[in-house]
Amino acid sequence: MSGWLALLAALDSAVRLATPLIFACLAGLWSERAGIVDIGLEGKMLAAAFAAAAIVAIVPNPWLGLLAGIGASMAFALVHGFATITWNGNQIVSGMALNFLAAGLTAVLGNAWFGQGGRTPQLAGAARFGEVTLPLAEAAEAVPFAGGFYAEVISGHSLLVYSAFLLVPLTAFLMFRTRWGLRLRASGENPAAVETAGLSVARLRYSAVLVAGILCGFGGAYLSIAQSAGFVPDMTAGKGYIALAALVFAKWRPWPALGACLLFGFLDAMALRLQGASLPGIGAIPVQAIQALPYILTVILLAGFIGRAVPPKASGTPYVKDRS
Amino acid sequence: MTFSPRWLGLVLPLANVAIALAAAGLLVLAIGENPVEAMGIAFRGALGSGNGIGYTLHYATSFVFTGLAVAVAFHAGHFNIGGEGQALMGGLGAALVALALPDLPWPILLPLAILGAALGGAAWAAVPGWLQAYRGSHIVITTIMFNFIAGALLVYLLAGPLRMAGSMALETAAFAPAARLPSLADLAARFGVDLPRTPLNLSFAMALVACLAVWVLIWRTRLGYAIRTVGANAEAAAYAGISPARVTVIALALSGALAGLMATNEILGVQGRLINEFAAGAGFVGIAVALMGRGHPAGILAAALLFGVLAQGGAELSFEKPAITRDMIVVIQGLVILFSGALEGMVRHGGLVLAQRLGRKAVPA
Repeated sequence: MSGWLALLAALDSAVRLATPLIFACLAGLWSERAGIVDIGLEGKMLAAAFAAAAIVAIVPNPWLGLLAGIGASMAFALVHGFATITWNGNQIVSGMALNFLAAGLTAVLGNAWFGQGGRTPQLAGAARFGEVTLPLAEAAEAVPFAGGFYAEVISGHSLLVYSAFLLVPLTAFLMFRTRWGLRLRASGENPAAVETAGLSVARLRYSAVLVAGILCGFGGAYLSIAQSAGFVPDMTAGKGYIALAALVFAKWRPWPALGACLLFGFLDAMALRLQGASLPGIGAIPVQAIQALPYILTVILLAGFIGRAVPPKASGTPYVKDRS
Repeated sequence: MTFSPRWLGLVLPLANVAIALAAAGLLVLAIGENPVEAMGIAFRGALGSGNGIGYTLHYATSFVFTGLAVAVAFHAGHFNIGGEGQALMGGLGAALVALALPDLPWPILLPLAILGAALGGAAWAAVPGWLQAYRGSHIVITTIMFNFIAGALLVYLLAGPLRMAGSMALETAAFAPAARLPSLADLAARFGVDLPRTPLNLSFAMALVACLAVWVLIWRTRLGYAIRTVGANAEAAAYAGISPARVTVIALALSGALAGLMATNEILGVQGRLINEFAAGAGFVGIAVALMGRGHPAGILAAALLFGVLAQGGAELSFEKPAITRDMIVVIQGLVILFSGALEGMVRHGGLVLAQRLGRKAVPA
């Protein structure tokens, strides 16, 4: 029984750790499906995390914080769009620039405004997104297995966790069942055809980049005002890149993206738990091996040894309308 | 492509830096400090004393190596953002040589350790290069992944197999003196010249040689021609009998070797032992340096010196003005990458419009 409880606790923490990955991974999916490679997920989330915590430190309302986070992230997304769509700049270079800008700006501004080495003040409970206990969670605990799973793993997260999970079907629907989604995907596969149909590739790509901004805003706000109680410099700690790995791992599809993020979240949860532990027959597993596993798996996948990950055909290339 | 007058190639990088510094100045203003005063402190701190210059050149040394690394891959048409991980593996290569063969005399051990640094970096870049060339795995993603894998591997090794007995820190035992690059102050003292003691060491001279070597390689050798041809048009290169796959692997290995040599500065030149996270972002600064230097060793040297000034000046500045932390350098780095990389087209367009206004010949092709 204690093994079961330990597993539930690990799954519970996997859900929490997977949430920012889901937001960022879906953001990347929107952007890259429309043809704009986004390695600036990390920077956008970091900017959002800072903006959310900074606002909430002044006005203790998590919804305002979320809005601020989304605003900051969208501002970064607009810069990315301006450089890569309006000026046909290199998408990788632009993403890198945003990551550096976010890392530097948040630390400089945080230090100047709050004087705590870049941290924002610790946030009180009311200023954060609290945990929601789903109906019947306490009653369900009496039911063996399924009840415990419901009470421990599914119930008891913040609203943002549930919105992350709801965004997966929403993304799948918008992307694959609406005209807008079809057009977005077309501008990521064959932008010339979209333009021939009389649509503006630039406008479509801007809309996708902005959606990515909104989603990264959620992810960043989750980090600083739901999962933690305040901003810490570099608190994204590579999550934007793990999300990128998850996106490749999911082959740019929404439901597999959820699976990949949960898997990487679970690995993260296990890395914390297995610190110093020893498994029968294997011996002590170095924590670093588990931490590096998402990256190693992604490289193996990219190498085509377990299926093939093919990105949207036109992603990474600026669309230039006129032939000169 | 747009034709642009020759002088624009020189003016644009300067304009990019000016825009980036102006934006950073606005940020300084926004947090309530005087940007002109701040810049004065930074430049005095970096160039106003022998001590400051020593540190500036020490930082610049690392940036020359990582900048050249990005540039060599760029010429082959690939974006190597794995400089950070390749530098770490370079450090590992140097450390393995230095720790395994401590009894060799320095004329043998030191070159071997330097070779170890180059090989470590080369190996760590050749794998993504091979995956790109023969398996079609996108090199940007794989080099990002390899950065993290290298970081994890180094922590594992420094916490376990390579840790110095009895130490809690993530570091190896000290290398034998024969494996260490002499500091310039020590070298100068032999000739009776008195220089201030700074981390500046012989790898600075190696960086200058590397600049020359990369120039010769890219523009004066058959391999360099192959690299540039593949970078410009891989299909045309294949038609001309050059194997793009082979050239990609070779170019990435060379790129990684240069990034790995960054470890000679920090590990063989200063620390004398392998420590965790010693690259400290220099691998990423290399991207800004290569973009600003437009892939040319002379430009890279100039850009590396600028970033050296920023690194050392920023440290002095944060000491005198605690409100302006060293993270300001990261902001400037981001701005430089944005304006001389992603928004290059906009700045160039602005330059061309300006050129036409000034009545010079700037004929769009």
